[in-house]
Amino acid sequence: MSAQPHTHATPNRTQAATVEIRIRRRENTDAAQYWETFEIPYRPNLNIISCLMEIQKNPVTKDGKQTTPPVWNMNCLEQVCGICTMVINGRVRQSCSALVDQLDQPITLEPMSKFPNVRDLIVDRSQMFDHLKRVHAWIEIDGTHDQGPGPRMDQEDVAERYAYSRCMTCGCCLEACPQYDGDNYIGPQAIAQVRLFNMHPTGKMTRDERLEGIMGDDGITNCGNAQNCVRVCPMSIPLTKAIYEENRETIIHGLFGWLKR
Amino acid sequence: MATVGKNGIKIAVVGGGLAGLAAAMKIAEAGHSVDLFSVVPVKRSHSVCAQGGINGAVNTKGEGDSTAEHFDDTVYGGDFLANQPPAKAMCEMAPAIIYLFDRMGVPFSRTKEGLLDFRRFGGTKHHRTAFAGASTGQQLLYALDEQVRRHEAGGKVQKYEGWEMMSLVLDDHQVCRGLVAMDLKTLEMKAFKADAVIMATGGPGLIFGKSTNSMVCTGSAVSACYQQGARYANGEFIQVHPTSIPGEDKLRLMSESARGEGGRVWVPRAKGDTRAPASIPERERWYFLEEKYPAYGNLVPRDIATREIFQVCLDKMGIGGDNQVYLDLTHIPAETLDRKLGAILEIYEMFVGDDPRHVPMRIFPGVHYSMGGLWVDFEQRTNIPGLLAAGECDYSIHGANRLGANSLVSCVFGGFVAAPAAIEFAKNVERNGADSSALYEQELKLQEENNQRLIKQSGNENQYKLHEEMGKWMTDNVTVVRYNDKLKETDNKLLELIDRYDRISINDSNLWATMALPHARHLWNMLQLARVITLGALNRNESRGAHYKPDFPDRDDENFLKTTIAEYSGEGPVISYEAVDSSLIKPRKRDYSKGKQDTAKAAAGAKGSTLPPKDGAPQVLSQDTEQKPKDLSGPAVWNQNKEEVRDVNHGEAETRREQGKSIEDAGGKSDKV
Ligand SMILES: Cc1cc2nc3c(=O)[nH]c(=O)nc-3n(C[C@H](O)[C@H](O)[C@H](O)COP(=O)(O)OP(=O)(O)OC[C@H]3O[C@@H](n4cnc5c(N)ncnc54)[C@H](O)[C@@H]3O)c2cc1C
Ligand code: SF4
Repeated sequence: MSAQPHTHATPNRTQAATVEIRIRRRENTDAAQYWETFEIPYRPNLNIISCLMEIQKNPVTKDGKQTTPPVWNMNCLEQVCGICTMVINGRVRQSCSALVDQLDQPITLEPMSKFPNVRDLIVDRSQMFDHLKRVHAWIEIDGTHDQGPGPRMDQEDVAERYAYSRCMTCGCCLEACPQYDGDNYIGPQAIAQVRLFNMHPTGKMTRDERLEGIMGDDGITNCGNAQNCVRVCPMSIPLTKAIYEENRETIIHGLFGWLKR
Repeated sequence: MATVGKNGIKIAVVGGGLAGLAAAMKIAEAGHSVDLFSVVPVKRSHSVCAQGGINGAVNTKGEGDSTAEHFDDTVYGGDFLANQPPAKAMCEMAPAIIYLFDRMGVPFSRTKEGLLDFRRFGGTKHHRTAFAGASTGQQLLYALDEQVRRHEAGGKVQKYEGWEMMSLVLDDHQVCRGLVAMDLKTLEMKAFKADAVIMATGGPGLIFGKSTNSMVCTGSAVSACYQQGARYANGEFIQVHPTSIPGEDKLRLMSESARGEGGRVWVPRAKGDTRAPASIPERERWYFLEEKYPAYGNLVPRDIATREIFQVCLDKMGIGGDNQVYLDLTHIPAETLDRKLGAILEIYEMFVGDDPRHVPMRIFPGVHYSMGGLWVDFEQRTNIPGLLAAGECDYSIHGANRLGANSLVSCVFGGFVAAPAAIEFAKNVERNGADSSALYEQELKLQEENNQRLIKQSGNENQYKLHEEMGKWMTDNVTVVRYNDKLKETDNKLLELIDRYDRISINDSNLWATMALPHARHLWNMLQLARVITLGALNRNESRGAHYKPDFPDRDDENFLKTTIAEYSGEGPVISYEAVDSSLIKPRKRDYSKGKQDTAKAAAGAKGSTLPPKDGAPQVLSQDTEQKPKDLSGPAVWNQNKEEVRDVNHGEAETRREQGKSIEDAGGKSDKV
């Protein structure tokens, strides 16, 4: 007895019998990009991932040309692993939570543009993880042996940290940021992680190392205050607040660091 | 590769979920090197999906909770199929695990006093589940990811993200010497030497087509180990979560915490009632779980809730006659819901379009978790010397059914036990000669040939359609309710699919970063594991935990208080049984219509063997009920109880057949299939 998907979503567009999808493709890192258009049968409650799965089964373009199946990344399909991020109808977002019923057709799918494009919709976001290393995005615990509970905390502080700790390294904020272009600016994601750890009672003790990670030429001062990042962040992380707070911290740190010398 | 640490020990960890990262962190901390393999960047592992929380008896609510009580709940919930010593050790380590995560900065929800807050989950009457909003798995995984990144920056951990483990490298004595992995971008294969390998590759949900699992949860890696001689245990025990949101691409979980926070399950009393839920008055609603199980109500264990919902829908009592029931939170203030369940309610809203704060959710059971997995001894060692396993991919701890919020803790526990055991093995293993490069080249060549054969193969079968067919058969016949004739038919179907597999063609002529070839490899491995699950179910003629056969409705301890062991042979799985270590808590009837202490009393009265419990104290026969958490270096408690069966000497290279014999000798009935 298999479950039936819900069918009571209210499609707010005229229901076409098919879904038309244009995909910006690339064979490999060195090849040029090109577009291909596909058409699949419409069903209620389709998301972009289901569409791509349908195309993958039988990769034929709208004009009936047999082609290679487009490739993409996916994992949790619950918008929490961050891997399936792409640009959909011009907006960067996760493809698992992009519902066909809420999108204008033809739907366009493009890989993110700020990261090396591996093939089709797959990009390599390892630079984001490298940034986490640079800003020491961790708590320096003495060891993993049992030392009892951590410091007591006010639920309000926890709630503020919780907001930052939901960052899934998806890269939407970097894609939307007019300043970010690979290696010229560390970007809002890493800065928000500095905020996350600098707020923690233990994390505070090694605050300076983190601040130094965002104070170089490509550091926090490159923010142009366009505020695109907060608008696209799927986790609603208060990125501009983090940038504001950390900017202040770096200024104070710069001052005292200079006095200490 | 990671710089080789002291003693030159290098350990390969396959999988970067909670279990894999826990192990990697411990090994690096001990000063040894880790090669860490993961299909997806580790921070994107399936563990991020866990919403509800992590169990540990900290008793902050003054309810008299204890690690002994947690242990009893775990064993009782698992319908006594779990070996008890490791389950006990896990429950004892659990508070310390939670505290460690607290120190690593996990934003656990707090009480007014600033202490860790705990919630109630299914199968217990205590507030024992620590939680970080409604994304606990994400927060816990990130905490470990951060610590492992710290060790990566320190040169102790080398990550191979985007690399898929394809097979083990075994020497002539069946000792594990490393593995072969494939770069998913270039499809380049490479052999990696390792002094020990820890599998931490998660569950096999995709065998059922759609499940609540992430897309990398194919079970492919453990199936590869099984096909190379690793024993697979209790495969038939598949947990179907009572509350999932049916979708086109997957079933999205509605966490048990929704019921933990007061969510109520109901259907209209009148068959086929199509009124909007809000306009159905209280007395015309059937809260069937509350009615049938007054002691636990909506928080009965998963297998029971699942079966009840399933049955209600079979009887056409589902909403509008469909396969759906209501899970209702609308009686709880929206503000409370946002604070406690925000993230999971957003999921429902995002993927269904309704607001669960005002409209009851529609849910149906979905395949969720595998209690079965690679057979391991009490130190997470498989029967292949040098190969260990931890996390959802091993079979220990949960028996016939897992309690909510017990998986995350078991993953970390497993990783913490596997790490020192792997180091111990690595220190003692003979390295001279046995790991000559020929060994690695041979396995590499074999795997490359497998790929080449698939690439060249042509035929009219579509691999994705075969996957769908397998998923449908498995879901329809090998989940909630099982009949022997259907199970036989399913196995025949699987054999047919295996036959048709030879006629699939890779439909991608561009092999760079292709999804087609890896999927084809997964499909083969999934089909093999699907047979293990199906035949395990066919052979177990009883009902226990998640395994339910209407033709054999009772638990049969005499014949089946045993672990199912599947071993690979060319013709299919060979099934045998191994005794369960129930040395600490005497098995008693599992009955959730009563409070647990009543069942304990009944058991004690009937058998006259144990003292009646005081104030709901559990039936733990051991003296060791101290509250203080054990240290985190791995448990030592089970040594005195260790059964000879499991005490396989992993330092020596025994052949598999000899080990298999020792199992049968030790009293396991050996049923050949
Ligand atoms: C929706 C959902 C909610 C849940 N909620 C809870 C909860 O509230 N509480 C609880 O206790 N449990 C919960 N669970 C269960 C729990 O999340 C999982 O059992 C647990 O996270 C498994 O962790 P793991 O470390 O074993 O594996 P995973 O997190 O699944 O990680 C597996 C790893 O192995 C890697 N891998 C797989 N195959 C290969 C290969 N061939 N080569 C290399 N790498 C490979 C993957 O990339 C990944 O890194 C939930 C499960 C689901 C599905
Ligand atoms: S801050 Fe938001 S947008 Fe940026 S990576 Fe994190 S989750 Fe994505």
